[in-house]
Amino acid sequence: MKRPLLTAATVACAMTTGAMSLNVYANEEYKLGLVTFLSGAASGPFGIPAKNAADLVIDAINDGTLPAPIEGKGIDGRMITPVYVDEAGGATKQTSEFRNLVERDGVDAVVGYISSGDCLAIPAVAEELKMLTVLFDCGTPRVFEEADYEYVFRTHSTASMDNIGAARYVHENVPDLESVAGINQNYSWGHDSWRDFTETLKVLRGGDLEITTEQFPKLFAGQYGAEISALQVNSADVIHTSFWGGDTDAFVLQAAARGLLADNQVIFTAGETALNSLGDHLPDGAIIGARGPFGPFAPESELNTWFQTEFTERFGTPPTFPAYHMAHALIGLKLAQDKAGVGASTEEVITAFEGLEFDGPGGRVEMSRGKGHQAATEMVYGRLKRVDGEITFTDITRYPADCVNPPEGAETVEWIKAGMPGAECN
Amino acid sequence: MKQLLAILVDGSVYASWLFIISAGLTLIYGVMRILNMSHGSFYALGAYSGAAMVGWYFSTGSVPWFSFVALIAAALVAGISVGLLVERGLLRFMYGRDEVVMILVTYGVLLIMEDAIKLIWGVEPYFAYQPYTLLGRTKFAGLSFANYDFMLIGVSILIGLALWYGLNRTRNGKLLRVVIHDREIASALGINVARIFTITFLIGAGIGSLAGALTAPGLSVVPGMGIEVIVLAFAVVVIGGLGSITGALVGALIVGMARAAAVHLYPDVELFVIYAVMGLVLAFRPQGLFAVANARKI
Repeated sequence: MKRPLLTAATVACAMTTGAMSLNVYANEEYKLGLVTFLSGAASGPFGIPAKNAADLVIDAINDGTLPAPIEGKGIDGRMITPVYVDEAGGATKQTSEFRNLVERDGVDAVVGYISSGDCLAIPAVAEELKMLTVLFDCGTPRVFEEADYEYVFRTHSTASMDNIGAARYVHENVPDLESVAGINQNYSWGHDSWRDFTETLKVLRGGDLEITTEQFPKLFAGQYGAEISALQVNSADVIHTSFWGGDTDAFVLQAAARGLLADNQVIFTAGETALNSLGDHLPDGAIIGARGPFGPFAPESELNTWFQTEFTERFGTPPTFPAYHMAHALIGLKLAQDKAGVGASTEEVITAFEGLEFDGPGGRVEMSRGKGHQAATEMVYGRLKRVDGEITFTDITRYPADCVNPPEGAETVEWIKAGMPGAECN
Repeated sequence: MKQLLAILVDGSVYASWLFIISAGLTLIYGVMRILNMSHGSFYALGAYSGAAMVGWYFSTGSVPWFSFVALIAAALVAGISVGLLVERGLLRFMYGRDEVVMILVTYGVLLIMEDAIKLIWGVEPYFAYQPYTLLGRTKFAGLSFANYDFMLIGVSILIGLALWYGLNRTRNGKLLRVVIHDREIASALGINVARIFTITFLIGAGIGSLAGALTAPGLSVVPGMGIEVIVLAFAVVVIGGLGSITGALVGALIVGMARAAAVHLYPDVELFVIYAVMGLVLAFRPQGLFAVANARKI
């Protein structure tokens, strides 16, 4: 008689303790470090839209109001408390800030980084401090091509995808293409973008490609008069630019005023951020990319409709690709954490995150590269066309992830030069 | 031939832009011996106030041509008002300090102004493109140029002439030159040096602000834009000689032409060429092309 009584008491005690600990856990916060540009030239077009998206998505996650297929309140039941950090200041400052987030603020995870320089500097520190880190916007392919990381993830494709897709698009859509010219920023982003674009085009055209001029103005130069003249003097069938943010705006304003955009076929691989503010200056026929299936190219879904509607209502402007990138990073993190289960260790969350496939407002994300830590998504380009004064897109081409992203383990440049073996474009 | 024409026009436009930015910086140094790090913030202030005013102006549906007046007036009012605040509220208490101290003080002003600009206008880009497209474009020799850029050349010539006339042909200008030569003797002769300093700082701040306003129509006005240009402005005034208006003009022309030639002929060295020119000039004339080497007072 004593034994069943003891067993019942033990079970009751265990259940009470378990319920109490679950309750205590549910009341805990999930401290999330969020690093994005809050000042400097990259803040307006990139950092602030990303922060706005973080505010919107975190509120929805905490309230449990994100549309299907995302379910549940908070991250594994915990309410997210964001700790924002300004990304301005360079890689050295950011590594210190990262340490502060981990050691002083005690965050559970970090989502951040727009600058490729920061994305190359942070992973080593994340590994050292064993901190789950999701890179949300930077484009350099070097992060997972040059090293393997256990604690670091990136939930969007690299810039290689933008430019391989751009080359495929102009190859297929610009008749009698013989020559190209480029204007790209004078740092790794601009040089890598131009290299991937021209190398892919050479492969697609059997090595036959004339490059009339390659312009690499300083980042945030603002004045492009001489470069525009050089593009006029050295006329080409297509002008390629991977300019972003304020540099895109300045180039569009100055080039449009001088007729360059109307007289030439220009492809803007990251031009989507300029659509809301300077769409009137872009001529019909301009080829626009959004660094993935984002903004006007986002596939129809309940989640995307919610994101676009809520973002526009709350912030007065539609979400651009940095906002989508942030949303994907947060949703990916939540799904991995939820999949790992309540009370899971960081290592268990990492296992859940590796190879994860999920749907964000910008469509399907497959963590299929970089040993399951690097995402691959589809890429979309289209030509701008005004209908009754409204900006729309025509000749929209969607390239599957396996068409424009190097396969697992491949190094981008070598893969392109080898003729992009295994690329699946249909 | 087409390329040469492009280099000359592009070089002239860029030089004009550089001169308008640098003129105020070199004037303040020449008279006050202050290497004004906050000059870039006055440039940004002019750009923001001009862009905000143009945005408001066009929202009222008023005559487009008067937007130029709105652009310039807003920048001058903002630049001179804030200049007065900075000079009367802070700098006048620092006069006579070491030049390095003044660099630190004005750097502090720069940081404060950058944050104040963000507090007032936020971090979203501002646009004032209407004046840029209003003037149309000119085509010749197969090239197309924005007429606004030619207007910029005209404005820089006007500013240069006004400064030359003001310094050389007016009574106040002569008083100012006395202060440049020796502020102690000038003071002993009864010249109100403090007043000269105030006026000089206001003119310098006003020109810096005007430069920002004239630049705003061709780009998006974003935080940090003032810091980007201050490095270029320093390169120009160092080449020409700190404190020399003629030096700023020649420095701007050298940098403008060198950069335009590099963009057209050797794009890879575009970034390097400006600082190569500066290094070359300093190697042979450490005081710059037009600054007179002074014996140090002990």
